[in-house]
Amino acid sequence: MILQALAFYVFAAITVASAAMVVVSRNPVYSVLFLILAFFNAAALFLLIGAEFIAMILVIVYVGAVAVLFLFVVMMLDINLTELREGFLEYFPVGALIGAVLFAELLLGVGIIGSGSTTVAGLNAHGAQVMAIDNTRAIGRVLYTQYFYLFQVAGLVLLVAMIGAIVLTLRSRPGVRRQKAGEQIYRSKEQAITVVKVPTGGGV
Amino acid sequence: MIVGLENWTLARPELFLAAATALLLIYGVVRGEIATPFVSAATSVALLVTAALLFLPYREGTAFSSLFIVDRLTATMKALVLVGSALAILMSRAYFEQARAWRFEYPLVVALATLGMMLMISANDLMALYVGLELQSLALYVIAAFQRDSVRSTEAGIKYFVLGSVASCMLLFGSSLIYGFCGGTAFVQISGALADGRATEIGVIIGLVFVVAGLAFKVSAVPFHMWTPDVYEGAPTPVTALFAVAPKIAAMSLLVSVLMGPFKPLFAQWQQIIVVASVFSMALGAFAALRQQNIKRLMAYSSIGNVGYVLLGVASGSEKGIQAVVFYLAIYMVMTLGVFATILMMKRRNIMVEQVSDLAGLARSQPMMALGMLIFMFSLAGIPPLAGFWGKLYIFMAAVEAKLFVPAVLGVLASVVASYYYLRIVKVMYFDEPPGEAIDRPAFGVNRAVALVAAFLIAVFSLAPQPLSLIAEAAAKGLFP
Repeated sequence: MILQALAFYVFAAITVASAAMVVVSRNPVYSVLFLILAFFNAAALFLLIGAEFIAMILVIVYVGAVAVLFLFVVMMLDINLTELREGFLEYFPVGALIGAVLFAELLLGVGIIGSGSTTVAGLNAHGAQVMAIDNTRAIGRVLYTQYFYLFQVAGLVLLVAMIGAIVLTLRSRPGVRRQKAGEQIYRSKEQAITVVKVPTGGGV
Repeated sequence: MIVGLENWTLARPELFLAAATALLLIYGVVRGEIATPFVSAATSVALLVTAALLFLPYREGTAFSSLFIVDRLTATMKALVLVGSALAILMSRAYFEQARAWRFEYPLVVALATLGMMLMISANDLMALYVGLELQSLALYVIAAFQRDSVRSTEAGIKYFVLGSVASCMLLFGSSLIYGFCGGTAFVQISGALADGRATEIGVIIGLVFVVAGLAFKVSAVPFHMWTPDVYEGAPTPVTALFAVAPKIAAMSLLVSVLMGPFKPLFAQWQQIIVVASVFSMALGAFAALRQQNIKRLMAYSSIGNVGYVLLGVASGSEKGIQAVVFYLAIYMVMTLGVFATILMMKRRNIMVEQVSDLAGLARSQPMMALGMLIFMFSLAGIPPLAGFWGKLYIFMAAVEAKLFVPAVLGVLASVVASYYYLRIVKVMYFDEPPGEAIDRPAFGVNRAVALVAAFLIAVFSLAPQPLSLIAEAAAKGLFP
């Protein structure tokens, strides 16, 4: 138990610290790297409470896709940091207010302030049942049986996204020289070389 | 239980459409641009075959662990949507060929959007509703921006995408509240929980408001209509024709099945919302269209107004009201397709024109085209004895029976105001001097045929609304067993 608590505090502290560094860091590339660190530690926190599926999804989706996308954007675009920071003091009060409200909501939700009077139907009834097996297995059991239909339609949605992305962005550009491996390999000597008789002293 | 045969027999039309789309996609990718005419024609045929499969033979029940439901109402609505999409694809060829944007992906994306509409019509669970809606919306965002060399088309796509995403967020937020307070996402679970006394929870009502707001966006009811004129004007005209017909019918059917299904116990709560949205839609559709010069924009406001009338039928919450909704939507589809087929024929020196003033003197240069437009406009204005009049009459009768006297009177007044701009088009066609060159003689083709058939159907429905009304009655029975 002590080991778990210790692990929790280590991961939680690194998460909060790296989240702060995302905002404070001067170099945007460092910010993204700190963001990835924060994601990894949040995944570790999920592992601690036994939500291994969400932990893995967090790593695969957020670190593997979203953060790498951010990194690409940051490195591709030439972002001027001083310009970005110009309005900081101006926006600070609003930002702080929203932050305070969200924090208060979080405390309310956890139940530290006041008493959670709203009951959420069915949550307690399902709780015990779900804990009996690990949650990857639980999701797997329903995803391909009870929710098979939703799974398939989600596939169709991705198909539409793929067709849409190709239709809207792919255009054939006539002036581009592409590599044509087949043609290049099967090029014969006659096509590639021309033998020129150079007269002495004449040049080519 | 998933291998149960009933799943496959009930969802047969959807499975057929998905398989046909996938095969045509592979064919198109392999053959390249040469395949476009064939893929386009085959997709339209596949959509019509799907519509036939709905009724040959007709089966009803639930499938896929109750996520999917088929009854008379869903089957009728799906048939309308499928016919609308098939015609929209056929009507688009000439336009896209001229714009050099005729590509085989277009009919396929429309087919996938239609599949999404069918799935959302058949949704029997909040999650099924959402995936169907997203499949539809995502495909529609793509085709709104399909003419990617046109700035207006791209702008329409972006606007539709951003605002549509906000609507989806609202819908999801509402769904999560309902899930939390009712303990389930299945429509049966929700209505069960509401009947068990969960109906008084404030969280459920907030959730309901958000879900209705999300759906109101999809049918473009006031106050969630802002995207409509811009998207209708900017999108390529055949796409606008599709937008005005198929997604509207699908989203309206979804709204009806959500409100009359799981949220029946909250009738008193949602009736207020729908009545307000209805009255404001009718008013805005009437007044904002008065000064429009672009005919596509005018049709956008007209569609907002028509949604208001349909919502009035929904607000009455009775079997008569739903019957009127189905009847109105069917006639609205015929009228709208007819108008857009005529708009697609509006060319001067082979260039598409879309201003109301371009129609000046049409009665002299192209009397048949003007006569068709006259029938559509009179019908949209609700002038007796044309089909549009019967549609409005059924709606108002249902509203009066449900004791919605004030909204019904306001609706009649709005339709008087709206008839001004419908009649203005007739006036421009018949009495204004042509500004120089007349509109080209329309080429023989799909658009001419669609306009002709639509005008003919309106004549038939005007003289004999009974058969259509019987179909609508049978469909409404699906909700009131």
